[in-house]
Amino acid sequence: MAFPEPKPRGPELPQKRVKTLDCGQGAVRAVRFNVDGNYCLTCGSDKTLKLWNPLRGTLLRTYSGHGYEVLDAAGSFDNSSLCSGGGDKAVVLWDVASGQVVRKFRGHAGKVNTVQFNEEATVILSGSIDSSIRCWDCRSRRPEPVQTLDEARDGISSVKVSDHEVLAGSVDGRVRRYDLRMGQLFSDYVGSPITCTCFSQDGQCTLVSSLDSTLRLLDKDTGELLGEYSGHKNQEYKLDCCLSERDTHVVSCSEDGKVYFWDLVEGALALALPVGPGVVQSLAYHPTEPCLLTALGGSVQCWREEAFEAEGGTS
Amino acid sequence: MAALDSDSDEDLVSYGTGLEPLEEGERPKKPIPLQDQTVRDEKGRYKRFHGAFSGGFSAGYFNTVGSKEGWTPSSFVSSRQNRADKSVLGPEDFMDEEDLSEFGIAPKAIVTTDDFASKTKDRIREKARQLAAATAPIPGATLLDDLITPAKLSIGFELLRKMGWKEGQGIGPRVKRKPRRQKPDPGVKIYGCALPPGGSEGSEEEDDDYVPENVTFAPKDVTPVDFTPKDNVHGLAYKGLDPHQALFGTSGEHFNLFGGGPQGTSSLLGEVGVNKGRKLGISGQAFGVGALEEEDDDIYATETLSKYDTILKDEEPGDGLYGWTAPRQYKSQKESEKDLRYIGKILDGFSLASKPLSSKKTYPPPELPRDYRPVHYFRPVVVATSENSRLLQVLSESAGKSVPDPGTLSRHQLNASKRGELLGETPVQGSATSVLEFLSQKDKERIKEMKQATDLKAAQLKARSLAQNASSSRAQPSSSDVGHCSWRVALSGGTAPTRASNFKPFAKDPEKQKRYEEFLVNMKRGQKDALEHCLDPSMTEWERGRERDEFARAALLYVSSHSTLSSRFTHAKEEDDSDQVEVPRDQENDVNDKQSAVKMKMFGKLTRDTFEWHPDKLLCKRFNVPDPYPDSTLVGLPRVKRDKYSVFNFLTLPETASLPPTQASSEKVPQHQGPDKPRKPSRWDTSKQEKKEDSISEFLSLARSKVGPPKQESSPLVIKEEEHVTESLSNKNISKGEDSQTEGEGSRPSMDLFKAIFASSSDEKSSSSEDEQGDSEDDQAGPGEAGFKSSQETDSVETSSVARTSEPAPQEPAPSFPIQKLQIDEREPFGPRLPPVFCPNLRQTLEAPHKEKHKKNKEKHKTKKEHRRRKEKKRKHRKHKHKGKQKNKKSEKSSSSENADSSDSQSDDEGPADLSPQELLRRLKSLPLRRQ
Repeated sequence: MAFPEPKPRGPELPQKRVKTLDCGQGAVRAVRFNVDGNYCLTCGSDKTLKLWNPLRGTLLRTYSGHGYEVLDAAGSFDNSSLCSGGGDKAVVLWDVASGQVVRKFRGHAGKVNTVQFNEEATVILSGSIDSSIRCWDCRSRRPEPVQTLDEARDGISSVKVSDHEVLAGSVDGRVRRYDLRMGQLFSDYVGSPITCTCFSQDGQCTLVSSLDSTLRLLDKDTGELLGEYSGHKNQEYKLDCCLSERDTHVVSCSEDGKVYFWDLVEGALALALPVGPGVVQSLAYHPTEPCLLTALGGSVQCWREEAFEAEGGTS
Repeated sequence: MAALDSDSDEDLVSYGTGLEPLEEGERPKKPIPLQDQTVRDEKGRYKRFHGAFSGGFSAGYFNTVGSKEGWTPSSFVSSRQNRADKSVLGPEDFMDEEDLSEFGIAPKAIVTTDDFASKTKDRIREKARQLAAATAPIPGATLLDDLITPAKLSIGFELLRKMGWKEGQGIGPRVKRKPRRQKPDPGVKIYGCALPPGGSEGSEEEDDDYVPENVTFAPKDVTPVDFTPKDNVHGLAYKGLDPHQALFGTSGEHFNLFGGGPQGTSSLLGEVGVNKGRKLGISGQAFGVGALEEEDDDIYATETLSKYDTILKDEEPGDGLYGWTAPRQYKSQKESEKDLRYIGKILDGFSLASKPLSSKKTYPPPELPRDYRPVHYFRPVVVATSENSRLLQVLSESAGKSVPDPGTLSRHQLNASKRGELLGETPVQGSATSVLEFLSQKDKERIKEMKQATDLKAAQLKARSLAQNASSSRAQPSSSDVGHCSWRVALSGGTAPTRASNFKPFAKDPEKQKRYEEFLVNMKRGQKDALEHCLDPSMTEWERGRERDEFARAALLYVSSHSTLSSRFTHAKEEDDSDQVEVPRDQENDVNDKQSAVKMKMFGKLTRDTFEWHPDKLLCKRFNVPDPYPDSTLVGLPRVKRDKYSVFNFLTLPETASLPPTQASSEKVPQHQGPDKPRKPSRWDTSKQEKKEDSISEFLSLARSKVGPPKQESSPLVIKEEEHVTESLSNKNISKGEDSQTEGEGSRPSMDLFKAIFASSSDEKSSSSEDEQGDSEDDQAGPGEAGFKSSQETDSVETSSVARTSEPAPQEPAPSFPIQKLQIDEREPFGPRLPPVFCPNLRQTLEAPHKEKHKKNKEKHKTKKEHRRRKEKKRKHRKHKHKGKQKNKKSEKSSSSENADSSDSQSDDEGPADLSPQELLRRLKSLPLRRQ
């Protein structure tokens, strides 16, 4: 009994604002979905980290303990813990339920730009402007990092982790991919300072945004350029980029207050979503649904596709 | 019958023997149902089939462990206290008591061991077995016995063995004759009925062809008369198969089955008997081929008729077959068999060489000179002049190394001008050959003076200062360091060991230094009377007292200076005093090529570097990934040791040498430092940044000491210079800053000259990459910073315009504002900025406090000596300078622009906003002087 395959729907882009969270924590430095996309984390410049239900707009918990603004956060695969890094040079491991600090990893010599859990949340990888990536062991009580990846010549702006790779973008204009399984380091020169890197969902490509207002899609294995996306403005700030939930579109923040969507294959601009005046600092794309979170100033906007209807009338 | 039962009642499971067949008419007994068929153990408990250790019945308590309550540990002992004496559990601890019983797997009952059992059982037999091990009825039996039971040899056996006797030899004096083939020789093992002993032996004796005179042989073993009673049913003297032959024997030995060849028909007759007996399964081949046997063709060689002669013909003489038509090959092979015995089988088509091969002549390896060292090491090179000859001496004493003869300087130790001199060239006029040429006459004199002064005084100074400054230990480090570092300054090419551990306060007096070191060692060991031990006994009391004081103080100084210094500085990544440094084996190379590749969008091979990278083992474990390099202890990029004194290492290496000397030397040369104050090193002052701290004077001294470790890429020098300049700026006034900048430049040649001198071609590459990096950093940082700055300033200037247009922005909580302001000001100039907080309303309302705050911050900046900040400011200044003209335009623009909210105006403020950073970079590169 084979049912006919459901017709592949055309990709819908989130362009309907369904919710605006006024975070009340100063500038929202980063907004991140949790692993299943039901919750989101906002990193505030008032040293707090907040956990939200973005669709309902309810604040679930506030995590305070950072000594400076929080610059990035990530949730573990089992939603049991969070990690965050900030201007206080510390990487903090939080317990989600209790809101307590579990561990504080100190060792970075500069503010921590980006943090990531590995797949099993046993290691936190943090990239800092001290041009090092440090791998902190969550399992042991060791205060030192397991390993320090200090190959970068300048600050690390972005770190992403797959099951056996660490992808790091650095201000020195290189994207470095540490392959643990092969024991090799691949360094791709892009030239302009990297602001954000990410893997595609299929793990075959890396998306790299740099300060020359260009996003590049590179083949992971060969480093070849698969696509180039421009039209937005990113020349001075560390802005996020990502791929849509089905790798159909490339999404990037812009300094002109919009979020730009490009078709991944064609490279054509699909949508320039006006968010508001100012700089769209951060964005996060839902892992499975066309749902986008943007951070602008002190607020976070939640966007859905046009056909979306919020359940329970909470919008 | 049981089978019949089970056939009829298939659902029954029965154990034990079957029932008797039923009598006619008798009522069949009711079979015991399955649930009633129980087995009980000795305690009356039910046993269940289990299939485990003890005969398939359940062990323990119903297939579980222990008792009904389950397993209980014998006694609980806290492992916290008695961690050490944790008893090791043996297998018995996990066994059930049934297993230990008589029929268990490990019976505990006392049983006579086989050792004793075999002897006590049949002492006579045992004795006979040992005596006639070879002639046992079944030869393998004893062997098997030996395999199973520990072969316990009698003391007589062992004594004989120790005297050189070997099994199979006879006992007695050695005799001069060919060793007779021993009776138990496996080669002549006879299957079937044994041959009468006389015949074969006689023939063997006749075989003797050549016996060297001086060779003696063991006497032949005399088989004792066997008194063992015949207790088997074999024929007389029948011997079974020897497993030796069945399993490991060669084919040749099997052929002996058919007797010794020419001697007598009896063997052949016997053989026939064997062939008959084979059917009964007694013969060797009946056992089949063992797994270890190499060739089985011969074992299964069946006697086909084709192997036999079917027609009568002449027999070979001496054949001895006399008409018997047994296969010929057996006999002919017998000849080579002798030799093959120890070689093994010879391959087909090969024959044994008659002459041994002449061995190749080997030559011994060349003899090394006695003073040869397999490792080359570089001596610190001191150019001996009249000025520093004394210094040379001091250095040589302190370093314990011999100073090379100045005349034998190698080519590499000469600089260009000296090489030119040697070649007889006239020195190039006009262009400067040394950095010193760029110095004003006054400065040169000063340096010269100082050099001389330090030369003369350095050594005395430190000793004296140690002796004199009894209480002020504070002053000592500086003074001694001064002396210490003066070497560095004064020596061209000298690399004085500067690590704290190499601190040598008494280098002038090697004896004393030796005593001091001894003292230190003793003290480290914790000896209280360390001092007394190492003082020279021949000294006077007064001298001793003085030296004791000195030593104690020096030790204190050593410790304190070491600890204070080490608390401030990170360790140099490579040892300063070793001749080699570790550098990453692979370096990311050649940014220029990549840049052009990026421009051409030729991503891929051109822009990719691949390195071997070793993840930490624990990291692999945590990632659930097998360690790609399981054998290596390396972590990170593989590093190689390279010659330290190669300039190329330092061109790419960002790490620096130890800081203390540089700092001290900058103290030493304060005249050149200008308005520079000794800066407090911050946490940021790691490797790269440390270099940047150095002032121009440091740079000069570096330039003079050609091989000094602090010599690094030239790119930091650019920054250095800038920094130096900016430090001399009074912080706020731009024009004034520019003035002083030009002043600073007036007295020195431009950086490009320095670069032209010091940057080699490859240096340029790396430095340019660094420069570009810096530039791009500047570019991305600069505009952001400047833009932000200017936006702030435009804010203050044009509050109204901003306020007018920025109404609809979301309100920001008031208290967070100053925080954010502060944060923004304290941003480090790395990488892309974070976007500013967008709160125009607050800007308007909090204008006054904002300004105050800003001022405050600036004051704070002034007081704080963190050089990052300065750099930041410097950048700001620079950018302001750059944007000086644009600012006016900007203000107009932003006031007139429609989207005049702050961040937009900010982005608009970027004069060259349309230009890509690459473009900017290119422009900046083409106009390097603008940067100054």
